[in-house]
Amino acid sequence: MSGPSLQEDLARLETIVRALEANDLDLDGALALFEEGVERLRTARERLGAAELRLRQLREAADGSVQVDDFRG
Amino acid sequence: MTLSLPLASGPGERPLTVAEITATAREVLETAVPPVWVVGEVSGFKKYPSGHWYFTLKDAEAQLRCVMWRGDAARVQGAPEDGLQVFTRGALTVNTKRGEMQFVVRELLPTAEGGFYAALFERARANLEKDGLLAPARKRPLPPFPQAIGVVTSPEGAAWRDIVAVVGRRWPLAELVLVGARVQGEDAPADLCRALALADRLETLDVLIVGRGGGSKEDLWAFNDERVARAVAASRIPVISAVGHETDVSLTDLVADLRAATPSAAAEKAVPDRGELLRRLDALQGTLGAAASRRLALVGEQLRHAATRMARSCERLVERGSERLRDARMRMAGACERLLAARQAEAGRLAGKLDALSPLKVLERGYAVARDVAGRVLRRTTDFAPGLAFRLRVVDGEVRARTEGSS
Repeated sequence: MSGPSLQEDLARLETIVRALEANDLDLDGALALFEEGVERLRTARERLGAAELRLRQLREAADGSVQVDDFRG
Repeated sequence: MTLSLPLASGPGERPLTVAEITATAREVLETAVPPVWVVGEVSGFKKYPSGHWYFTLKDAEAQLRCVMWRGDAARVQGAPEDGLQVFTRGALTVNTKRGEMQFVVRELLPTAEGGFYAALFERARANLEKDGLLAPARKRPLPPFPQAIGVVTSPEGAAWRDIVAVVGRRWPLAELVLVGARVQGEDAPADLCRALALADRLETLDVLIVGRGGGSKEDLWAFNDERVARAVAASRIPVISAVGHETDVSLTDLVADLRAATPSAAAEKAVPDRGELLRRLDALQGTLGAAASRRLALVGEQLRHAATRMARSCERLVERGSERLRDARMRMAGACERLLAARQAEAGRLAGKLDALSPLKVLERGYAVARDVAGRVLRRTTDFAPGLAFRLRVVDGEVRARTEGSS
């Protein structure tokens, strides 16, 4: 999932809804916006879809580099 | 501990000088006792022109000679008065000149309400404030949809378990990255600083939670360490501080971008709720659909309106057209009649002229026309050769004739 993209989708959806409610678009523009809105809803739902929390652990490796492993509690 | 000084251990050995024994005592004291905090009441406070402070710390049972050198004394806000309870941090030594044990004070804090910890806390807070680290403008907003959340805490503590539970329930799309650190004990501040610096190096982290579950004031003390607070303030990414229970505010709370009362609360603040977001998407879908329907309804309305207007204007056009047609027809009929009359008058006039020019009329008046057998009109005397047969056309017929003489 992608955080910024989800944020973009939501922001864009709000903009689309506002634009449609303003009623100052021509029909083609309004329909195009509606279609985009439907598509954004779909991708946003997809991004929020089933996922399982991943647990990781950060360590400093022997060579001084940053190392991320799965957390085993 | 081994001492390099020649210690007298029995008869027969060289007696030590006073300087030697006091120097030994000093070394023993300085080596054996690390810098410590001492609480006591100030008495006999004296400030020398040199800037050094001399005083005695005492309690019901004992007293301790103290000195505070000019440089350290200058950092203290206001000189203490006799009778004031203070916390002092310093080291024991021996003033060899006077043969006195002496406490060299490096820091002195008045006992604030709440005692020693409150005084320490206030001192550190003042330092952080002086450096602008408590300014509200420094607080950064948290990312609304974090993907990777760092957690600086003990791997065995309740804080980590609580955070895992909350994030797992609310926002399982994320990745929780534990940065293990000791959170209590003497080496906790240094270890927390190390863990914070390490977390800062992982570039994928969006937000960092630092904290631990509840405990005694002493247990939580590492989070009131000025070094730890500075490490939190230095973080590249937004930090949520979550230390212990609801009531006490820690130093890391003050410098963090957000303070949460408990680790669970920190997790709640760090991530959005997926279910809530899905409901928001449902709501958005509803609004979107409604807006589109309204838009379409509006278009339908506009079309109907346009159609009605068009129909009306067509009717008007036809009405006006047929009016104009009637008008034109009438005007045309009038014009035709006038034209016809004019033409008839003209025709009459022409007919009169024609009549006057008719050759029959001329013949009637007694003229005759001579033509040869070919029908050519003979106009001049030279046209009439002697003996020429010709015809004379008079009004009621033709007469055959011949020129006198022979050809």
